[in-house]
Amino acid sequence: MVKCILEIQNLSVEVSGKRILNNVNLQIPEGEVHVLFGPNGSGKSSLIMALLGFPAYKIVSGRIIFKGIDITSLPTNERVKMGISVAFQNPPVIRGVKLGRILSYLMPDENKIGELLVKVKFPQSFLERDINLGFSGGEIKKSEILQVLAQNGDFIVLDEPDSGVDVENLRILGTIINDALHGRSALIITHLGVILQYINANMAHVLMNGTIVCSGSPVKILGQILNEGYAWCEKCPQVKTMRCEL
Amino acid sequence: MSTSKDDALRAINKPAAYGPDLDVNQYSRQPKNWEPCPISSLPKEILERILEVGVLPERENRAASFFQIDHSVIFRAVQSLFEDKVEIMSAREALEKYDWLKDYWWKIVSVDTDKYTALAELAWDQGYFIRIFEDQKVTMPLQACLFISTDNLNQNVHNIIIAEPGSEAQIITGCTLHSSVQRGLHVGITEFYVKEDAKLTFTMIHNWAQNFDSRPRSGALIEDNGVFISNYMCFKPLKSLQMYPVAYCRGVNARARFNTIIYGTGTSYIDVGSKIVLQNEGCRGEIISRAIATDEAQIYARGFLQGEHGNTKAHLECRGLILSDKAIIYAVPELMAKVQGAELSHEAAVGKIAEEQVQYLMARGFSRSEAEALIVRGFMDVSIFGLPKELEREIQRMIDITTERAL
Repeated sequence: MVKCILEIQNLSVEVSGKRILNNVNLQIPEGEVHVLFGPNGSGKSSLIMALLGFPAYKIVSGRIIFKGIDITSLPTNERVKMGISVAFQNPPVIRGVKLGRILSYLMPDENKIGELLVKVKFPQSFLERDINLGFSGGEIKKSEILQVLAQNGDFIVLDEPDSGVDVENLRILGTIINDALHGRSALIITHLGVILQYINANMAHVLMNGTIVCSGSPVKILGQILNEGYAWCEKCPQVKTMRCEL
Repeated sequence: MSTSKDDALRAINKPAAYGPDLDVNQYSRQPKNWEPCPISSLPKEILERILEVGVLPERENRAASFFQIDHSVIFRAVQSLFEDKVEIMSAREALEKYDWLKDYWWKIVSVDTDKYTALAELAWDQGYFIRIFEDQKVTMPLQACLFISTDNLNQNVHNIIIAEPGSEAQIITGCTLHSSVQRGLHVGITEFYVKEDAKLTFTMIHNWAQNFDSRPRSGALIEDNGVFISNYMCFKPLKSLQMYPVAYCRGVNARARFNTIIYGTGTSYIDVGSKIVLQNEGCRGEIISRAIATDEAQIYARGFLQGEHGNTKAHLECRGLILSDKAIIYAVPELMAKVQGAELSHEAAVGKIAEEQVQYLMARGFSRSEAEALIVRGFMDVSIFGLPKELEREIQRMIDITTERAL
């Protein structure tokens, strides 16, 4: 049997009393890269917040098993220390807290930070910037990847690493992400699948209305979504059985 | 013509416009006697206290130093390298030496402002006089320390700072007290004269005690192309602090900036404002304040921009962080334009630590308390103040020392 790094079992989540995830089941075997598709508002980012244990995301039922350990009730920082590294889609501005301060916490070796900066083509002076304050779309993505690399977890979660990024930066990010995924497991949320030009994913899942309705080959599912939109998923006869082998 | 003394006598019972009204007679006027000596030979306990307010015992890293304990001036000297650039002495000495100094005395701050200014006239206990000579750039900071060693003492100082045309300097003033001092009243009058093309950066750090009252009264007059930057910091608890310094941008293109960081703990009552009056063509002003209130502290963060001339511009930014349900932050930003073409703006925001920020940092592995401490320290980041790098590092270090203990 394949060993899973992450196993989400029957997970239902509420935010302010409103159900946003419904009976989600997801298994990511060790060493695999999975992609999560879904229309806006389907609950993709919420799944990440619940995975991290953000208090506003109340787990009504189900369990999250990471590396064989039930982490459902652990605080965020303890989950993260077990090896979960997340690049956020819309990270908050924190005035006065420098990017460099966070990086040096994650990676005390200054030389290694220097190497990472070169990788993402950030000047040294970027370390003195208040985190996310006045960052462009591309800079946010790069700063998030930089932090994920510094965290050096063995399970990487990327929430829309390809949205709002220009072609040049996409190429840089795509290459870095592909490198980073080597020997690691990952879950990548993508809306349009652009990032898939740069990485090899093993499996894709489609999240709709808080439920995973389809799992299968990333290329085939993306092709269908790009051709017919998410309406195709709704029409898919096998959605009802929660499984569509393509 | 009435003298300052007459004016003071009339104001001796006049309460201040803001802050708790104090009975100035409850404090002692009996100081300890201190003989002149080098700062470094003061008792270790004093040396430790002054470091926290940016005052160094060694002379090498300061262009000039002034040190007063209670009512006695114990040290004042200019480092030899800077002897032709700057002078420093006690205010009393300066008044005796320079006849013209009376034209600078009580000219920006009125002696009859309130009972505290009156007290500083009627019971005057020194203070310092600093003058930076014409066209002299003093590359190293100057320092002044006003120290209190006697419990329940009343100390009233009057300081005059003159930046002559084309000069440039940074002054650090630290006010603090001996650990045995619990109560007392410090009244500090400071009048700043920033002349044509001069630039003066003044940094004041206060560390008082739980039952101590402080009433600084400051005013600055800035002439053509002059720049005045005032930084004020208070991190330790005290009974009450009230001040509302004013900068008058009188000359063409005169600029003023007030940066304030207040960390209110315990039952501190802190009412601190800054006011800039734009009186000429091209004047610019900026007020930035950061207030953090925890425990049962009450902080009033005021700001006032007054535009009296066209083609002037000023901005006020006031942020408050409230860390306890028993604390209060009251932000009062005020703008008054008296003519067209005075462009004044403000932004004020008061709130608790944003949960979203805490979670983001926790997702990077910080514990909740580490994340909160990082956010609070970030809130007090001085890099936005536009200070010389060296000074910025020094101030940040002091903030770090203080907040490390507080958080």
